[in-house]
Amino acid sequence: MSIFDLSVAGAAKALKAKEISAVELTTAYNAAVAELNPRLNAFITTTPELALGQAKAADARIADGSATPLTGVPIAMKDLFCTEGVRTTAASKILEPFIPPYESTVSGKLKEAGAVMLGKANLDEFAMGSSNITSGYGSVENPWKRQGSDAKLVPGGSSGGSAAAVAARIALAATGTDTGGSIRQPAAFTGLAGIKPTYGRCSRWGVVAFASSLDQPGPMARNVEDNALLLNAMAGFDEKDSTSAEREVPDFTAALSRGVKGLKIGIPAEYRLEGTNPEILALWDKGIEWLKAQGAEIIDISLPHTKYGLPVYYIVAPAEASSNLARYDGVRYGKRVDGEDLIDLYERTRAEGFGAEVKRRIMIGTYVLSHGYYDAYYLKAQKVRNLILKDFTDAFAKVDAILTPTAPSAAFGLGEKMDDPVTMYLNDVFTVPASLAGVPAMSVPAGLSADGLPLGLQVIGKHFDEETVFAVSAAIETAANFTALPEVRAK
Amino acid sequence: MSLDAATVRRIAKLARIRVNDEEVSTLQNELNAILGYVEQLGEVNVEGVEPLSGGAQMALRQREDKLTDGDMAEKILANAPDRIGNFFAVPKVVE
Repeated sequence: MSIFDLSVAGAAKALKAKEISAVELTTAYNAAVAELNPRLNAFITTTPELALGQAKAADARIADGSATPLTGVPIAMKDLFCTEGVRTTAASKILEPFIPPYESTVSGKLKEAGAVMLGKANLDEFAMGSSNITSGYGSVENPWKRQGSDAKLVPGGSSGGSAAAVAARIALAATGTDTGGSIRQPAAFTGLAGIKPTYGRCSRWGVVAFASSLDQPGPMARNVEDNALLLNAMAGFDEKDSTSAEREVPDFTAALSRGVKGLKIGIPAEYRLEGTNPEILALWDKGIEWLKAQGAEIIDISLPHTKYGLPVYYIVAPAEASSNLARYDGVRYGKRVDGEDLIDLYERTRAEGFGAEVKRRIMIGTYVLSHGYYDAYYLKAQKVRNLILKDFTDAFAKVDAILTPTAPSAAFGLGEKMDDPVTMYLNDVFTVPASLAGVPAMSVPAGLSADGLPLGLQVIGKHFDEETVFAVSAAIETAANFTALPEVRAK
Repeated sequence: MSLDAATVRRIAKLARIRVNDEEVSTLQNELNAILGYVEQLGEVNVEGVEPLSGGAQMALRQREDKLTDGDMAEKILANAPDRIGNFFAVPKVVE
């Protein structure tokens, strides 16, 4: 068995039993990053020396008995989390020179738990994208290949660097953020498990803002248990985030063995979209059978406003983004392009600093918030958002969790789905509704497509009931017994 | 509803993003495709529905109005593209 076969839970056990040291583990991962990152481009910035220093400190903690299950575990940090003294770019050229003088709450909690940071993972620029091709630092290669083909595939997005790093085993686990599917869709595309917690469960403080009413940090890892271990450390109330939930954080690992016996699982009719890939539908049916076989009761439900999720999202998210990204003005931090006067400086800085997708979304957001259009677009979208929330509230009066596919297809090729922005947006059709409602949702690897690519199923739960999401996801994981590995990986 | 080139320029001005003629025409097509797609919200009856502005199912917290932080000018200015003493520097605004 190779050191790279260890899960987070397995590594924690091996570290505790002193079968390996944190320095050995980090040294192996640093070498794997050095070998494979030039090809995969999963990291924008690597921090091997910082990692080694943290590993030494981890060994000291393991020796003195103050270790947590994450002490000495080498992870990738999505480059959207501000990390003190380590460049944070949000994959945008406009933040190229930015070195945060502070640490985000979530990355700080992981640091405190003793996790080792290997580097800052690549993403779509400002987390806007579903393929990682909008990064200002180059696209990321998915370590998975279609059978008999060498074509480069996308890892999904926006947390595509995190996904590629964990799948290729150049990180043991990673942080992501999810605004409309940015943890779940890349997890599905790379054969990983990833959870978007309930909105408010993990602090947004120090996370570069995209759409503040939707953004939510969460973990990505090789299995469901590892996600629970990470979320235990990442979650919790933070007075620095005004939308942080003042709630107890349960031990999520305790929910893993609950089973699904007697649970009511909802199957929403509206997710059976016309034209959906039959492979995806067949996998969904399999998931239903697995849960039924383990004692769950399957109930047909309706989420009538599902089809309006994407149009609502593509008004609300750009509106919030246009406001959040107004701060990049070339004055206080980040890139500046000089101009004749102050307005000229702003316009040139933002023209050069932002990529095409970010500009598009800022423009759409500016338009829907502008005088005369606010009611027709933004207010209308917020009202439909309320109906989408009501869909879920009504459904959860009858069921404990909902099962759907994660994405409408497996990973696609670099350069595909580029015809127009709307085609790309359709990737998020199954993930966006849970984001709009703020409920927790997890993607679990459940099978392979005919050409050998991973496919995921999504488990959606009630507000702050990640425990049931973990229980159902663990049941699917057990039944699916997903053991396939990507072609490109550390061995 | 379809955006014309003048409207695209006006939005770019509001968003403080410099655009050239070629970009205006690309953006015009792309923005119209997106607006065309979201048009379907027109079918939904929202009479009597309150707008949902936040993801959190709760009222925003309030805190006591007191000093919690400060005295870190160096940290705040550390990333400034240009500074003069303890100030951010920009091109002359008033002649």
